[in-house]
Amino acid sequence: MDLELMINSFPKLLSAAVITLKLLSVSLIIGLFIGLLFAILRLNKNIFINRFAYGYSYVFRGTPLLVQIFIIYFGLGQIEYLRSTVLWAILKEPYWCAIIAFALNTGAYTSEILRSAFQTIKPGIIEAGKSLGISSKVIFYKIQIPIAIRQSLPAYGNEIILMMKGTSLASTVTIMDLTGVAKYIISTTFKPIEVFIVAGGIYLFMTFIIHNFIKFLEKKYSFN
Amino acid sequence: MELLAFGDTGWGDELFYATLMTIAVSITAMFIGFLFALIFTPLKLSKNKFLNFIANSYTTIIRGVPELLVIYLFFFGGTGAVMFVASIFGYNEYIEINAFITGAFAIGIISGAYSTEVFRGAIQSIDKGQFEAANVLGLNKFGKFFKIILPQTLRLAIPNLSNVWQITLKDTSLISVTGLVEIMRQSYIAAGSTRDPLFFYSFAAVLYLLLTFVSMKLINRLEVRYSRGY
Repeated sequence: MDLELMINSFPKLLSAAVITLKLLSVSLIIGLFIGLLFAILRLNKNIFINRFAYGYSYVFRGTPLLVQIFIIYFGLGQIEYLRSTVLWAILKEPYWCAIIAFALNTGAYTSEILRSAFQTIKPGIIEAGKSLGISSKVIFYKIQIPIAIRQSLPAYGNEIILMMKGTSLASTVTIMDLTGVAKYIISTTFKPIEVFIVAGGIYLFMTFIIHNFIKFLEKKYSFN
Repeated sequence: MELLAFGDTGWGDELFYATLMTIAVSITAMFIGFLFALIFTPLKLSKNKFLNFIANSYTTIIRGVPELLVIYLFFFGGTGAVMFVASIFGYNEYIEINAFITGAFAIGIISGAYSTEVFRGAIQSIDKGQFEAANVLGLNKFGKFFKIILPQTLRLAIPNLSNVWQITLKDTSLISVTGLVEIMRQSYIAAGSTRDPLFFYSFAAVLYLLLTFVSMKLINRLEVRYSRGY
């Protein structure tokens, strides 16, 4: 055990953890919007819209996140047309490519979580709203969405933790996040166990915080 | 399409073997995961607090730490550990362990943590009466486990195990960082040499989709088979 290395690498890894958290929070926020949009599309009665939304979530859940990042980072740059548009300013940055991939990925999972939450809402609640003369738009925004969000909290908490682990793939496109820095230290010192303990400890601490935060929200918004 | 030709002119045969490699690594990892689950599920269900603690630490750590970090630990640490053991026996040359074994083992440990949780949940949701009935029938420990508990556990566990399989299959793409030539690594090589990353990574995505699709169909059949009588 090289305690000195562990102590020395701790501040470096901690500052890299900030990048991990940034990647996570930005992609979660964008992903939540994508997820909500596609969950609503999934509930649409039009078969084409419905199928399109299903296809999106099927493809993104059926392929590894690594492939998705590589397609966006290495693949899209190949299209000549894209290089001439404004989008290129975003797509040439590995940081934004990673965020786009993460957001699309978590969006697919979130849409599934929200869809099943929408479907488990008892029809009686919606009928009650209708019989009170509330318009269906208001029912959707004031009744269905809040209930769906509450229903999906436990599953969404899991998704946040999975996504946090997913951000480690940003290190494959040259971003120095927690895993990227950990790998760099391992490959320069050849002390994998020490670095793993420190970096893994930081990840576990973040998991712990997220887990308890979701538990707190669940309790706060519980029906009882 | 020429890019996918078999033989020397295209990447078809290389990608085909890479797909077989992905399947082989996934199955090996899943199997190693089952072995881990076989050890840790009883520990989780045990009444002994210390054994509980060990099993809980295993599942918590694995499920809270990124897969990539675990793979780096095994990739860099595995060689070190083997060389350390070898140095005790007086062998000081550099030893490289097979990327397949390291990769399958790393993914297997991850998959094992998920499988453990699935088996624990399944055993816990079996009606208490089943255990009691088995006792009343005078079955011994093995008979009770293999004839009564295991078949029912499998029925409840298969839908969740199919999720674990999907996760394991997708996680094998991460082994590409260690140089094992599976779908991801082969696409990386092909993309580098033809300068056509968009095509090859998209094709890799299609291969993964195909694998998940086919395996889902097979698992659904298994599910039907184990639900006979319900």
